[in-house]
Amino acid sequence: MNWYGRSLASGCLAALAGLALLSAPAQAQSYPTRSITMIVPFAAGGPTDVISRIVTAHMAQTLGQTIIIENVVGAGGTTATTRAARAANDGYTLITGHMGTHAASVPLYPKLAYHPEKDFEPVGLLAGTPILILARKDLAPKDLKEFIAYVKANAEKVNAAHAGVGSVSHVSCQLLESILAVKPISVPFNGTGPAMNALVGGQVDYMCDQIVNAVPQIKGGTIKAYAVATPQRNPSLPDVPTTTEAGLPAFQAQAWNAIFAPKGTPADVVAKLNAAVVKALDDEGVRKRLLDLGSVIPAAADRTPAALGTLVKSEIAKWTPVLKPVN
Amino acid sequence: MGDIFSNLGLGFGVVFQLVQWTPAFLGGASIPIPVNILLCLIGALVGTLVGVLPGIGTIATVAMLLPITFGLPPVGALIMLAGIYYGAQYGGSTTSILVNIPGEAGSVVTALDGFQMAKQGRAGPALAIAAIGSFFAGCVATVLIAVLGAPLTKLALAFGPAEYFSLMVLGLIFAVVLAKGSVLKAIAMIVLGLLLSMVGSDIETGASRMAFNIPELADGLGFATVAMGLFGFAEIIRNLDAGGESDRELVQQKVTGLMPTRKDMIDSTPAILRGTVLGSILGILPGGGAVIASFAAYTLEKKISKNPQRFGRGAIEGVAAPESANNAAAQTSFIPLLTLGIPPNAVMALMVGAMTIHGIVPGPQVMQKQPELVWGMIASMWVGNLMLLVINLPLVGIWVRLLRVPYRLMFPSIVIFCAIGIYSVNNAPVDVILAGAFGLVGYWLIKHDFEPAPLLLGMVLGPLMEENLRRALLISRGDWSVFLTRPLSAVLMAIAAALLVLAILPSLRKKRDEVFVESEN
Repeated sequence: MNWYGRSLASGCLAALAGLALLSAPAQAQSYPTRSITMIVPFAAGGPTDVISRIVTAHMAQTLGQTIIIENVVGAGGTTATTRAARAANDGYTLITGHMGTHAASVPLYPKLAYHPEKDFEPVGLLAGTPILILARKDLAPKDLKEFIAYVKANAEKVNAAHAGVGSVSHVSCQLLESILAVKPISVPFNGTGPAMNALVGGQVDYMCDQIVNAVPQIKGGTIKAYAVATPQRNPSLPDVPTTTEAGLPAFQAQAWNAIFAPKGTPADVVAKLNAAVVKALDDEGVRKRLLDLGSVIPAAADRTPAALGTLVKSEIAKWTPVLKPVN
Repeated sequence: MGDIFSNLGLGFGVVFQLVQWTPAFLGGASIPIPVNILLCLIGALVGTLVGVLPGIGTIATVAMLLPITFGLPPVGALIMLAGIYYGAQYGGSTTSILVNIPGEAGSVVTALDGFQMAKQGRAGPALAIAAIGSFFAGCVATVLIAVLGAPLTKLALAFGPAEYFSLMVLGLIFAVVLAKGSVLKAIAMIVLGLLLSMVGSDIETGASRMAFNIPELADGLGFATVAMGLFGFAEIIRNLDAGGESDRELVQQKVTGLMPTRKDMIDSTPAILRGTVLGSILGILPGGGAVIASFAAYTLEKKISKNPQRFGRGAIEGVAAPESANNAAAQTSFIPLLTLGIPPNAVMALMVGAMTIHGIVPGPQVMQKQPELVWGMIASMWVGNLMLLVINLPLVGIWVRLLRVPYRLMFPSIVIFCAIGIYSVNNAPVDVILAGAFGLVGYWLIKHDFEPAPLLLGMVLGPLMEENLRRALLISRGDWSVFLTRPLSAVLMAIAAALLVLAILPSLRKKRDEVFVESEN
């Protein structure tokens, strides 16, 4: 599913609406008058945190106010997201949500204290990190086709690793398994580090993970990558084919990060924040740092609040059938 | 060998690098500033401070200070963060010894004999030997990283789930040996610790366990929360109890000599050496390596001591060995990060984040691609350890003087610092309330001669044990023989079995009683 190329027309319309809003009301001129708190639902230093910091540093210049990052960890990011949902909707508390907190959490946590669509105003998409299919370096299959045949033939023997229930590596592996219609044993680890350690050490056979964590290991030859689950190859790994090229077009996944505001945040404030996001994503310095991480920067049409709203809806629809059987 | 010298030369070159600073007020003249040395010093100082303040752990501090390092050059930033990490290992022993509050999992065992030494007026020698042991261990571990970093990485990779489980089983047997009172009570405490560690989310399904629908419990009980309650708050309640105050005054009057005596040094030297070796090896293992190292070092000292009944009553070896071990382990835990780019614990994961933000994503090639970063960090560790020794030895006098502060002034400040520390871990008020509740539980336990140390070890080992057991059995498809067919795992199991047999054999029973069961008075 290609969310960058989708609903181009509606995206453009929303962009126009956003521009119209930006130029009009006087209230938006005064916002922001004090510092803004950006809740990051994961630990400092993780992919979501790094992307948030890179973009918000530029946004702070545009908005003329500091943006304070507050890392609130716990329960797969849902603790922080619950807090953000209940925060004042004045535009001074925002959250960097991602694929887990604002889509996969819906089927994963039946007692979720918020709903990504009902409790949040989408502000803007920041960046996506593509998912790779990775394997230990001495696993027999040479390419994705052989790998698929191997997993199907040896479902009893194959072990997959993931970084914990609800993590990006967990939900993307679930998607891969549902597409291949196999059920290998999946071994849970506490975070990407230990899971990667097990893959490098050859304790497990394969895993799906975000490109940021995997590029140095692939380049160092300690693990191998079969494919990247995006429509285009990634500049940081030009030799790794896409899933479409390698014969599994159905497997498309990337971890996206986006800014959300509590429901009811005034439209002019949202528009002003969105404009700051868009400006940051056009900045050469910001772009270079995001691309260095292997991230994919959204195209102009995918940067509007409306496009983000559509993305959240489609992602919930995408993950719900895949993850429901887990619980 | 020549390679190592040229690499270390490169590293020290980076550490002693001078940056020309040309401030406007000097009118064009520039002053050379050794930026990296200064950052190392700041890191070491902040680390010591963090270690001394009870509750504020390394992870919380590194996470809080991470954004500040974004403006620094990457080498300097990492040198500073590394300084905080091992500085906290030095500082962590201070509260363990002075007020019986271990700030880090690694300094729980230090409290056992360290606090007893302080009660006997020997806080000075205890603090000094902790600093000296840590310095020695730090130096050895630094050389080890430089010389054997790459080959040792293989050990970290050979450790799969089965090996970890076997290591944790061994760890539990260490926990029994920790006890100075009844073995049965120690076992009860370990089991209670294991049960407490089960609170939270199931690793395989994500289902909530024993959390009673309290969202704050969804990620389990924090180590700092339980440790502050059982050690810190319980100790305070006990001191305020009748008789406690006079006990404290006794402490204040008896203070003798700040530095270790000749006999102390002779007693501690072998303990420091053994602690360093154990810590260096166990530190390489991702996960609980450093914690197990300090417990293992203490156990080893108690086992081979000629009169083990001294342990738990102020034996200086009981401070020297675990402090050397946890510092060596803190240092060697950098090996997987520097050689493989894989963070072995939460603090290292934050350091990876720091590198990522600076555009360096660490991986197996980091040593070839960023030699000045890797060797600069290794060299800075040795410099940092020297600084810490220089900082800490004079501080001993100040810390000991703190003990003279009247207890009615001291206990409210301890309570406040603990509360701030606990709150800062997750920014959660519930944690502070829980620590208070554990304080009451801890008081009851003290009154009934149950010791909190085995409980904490159980809590640390519990999740590692459960997760690795389940991983190992998932991978082996439920075949239990995996723990005996993998050679490393089999060796660890054999050691554990041997220790157990030693305790059970009827002919040795009498001896075991001498080792374990010693009445309090």
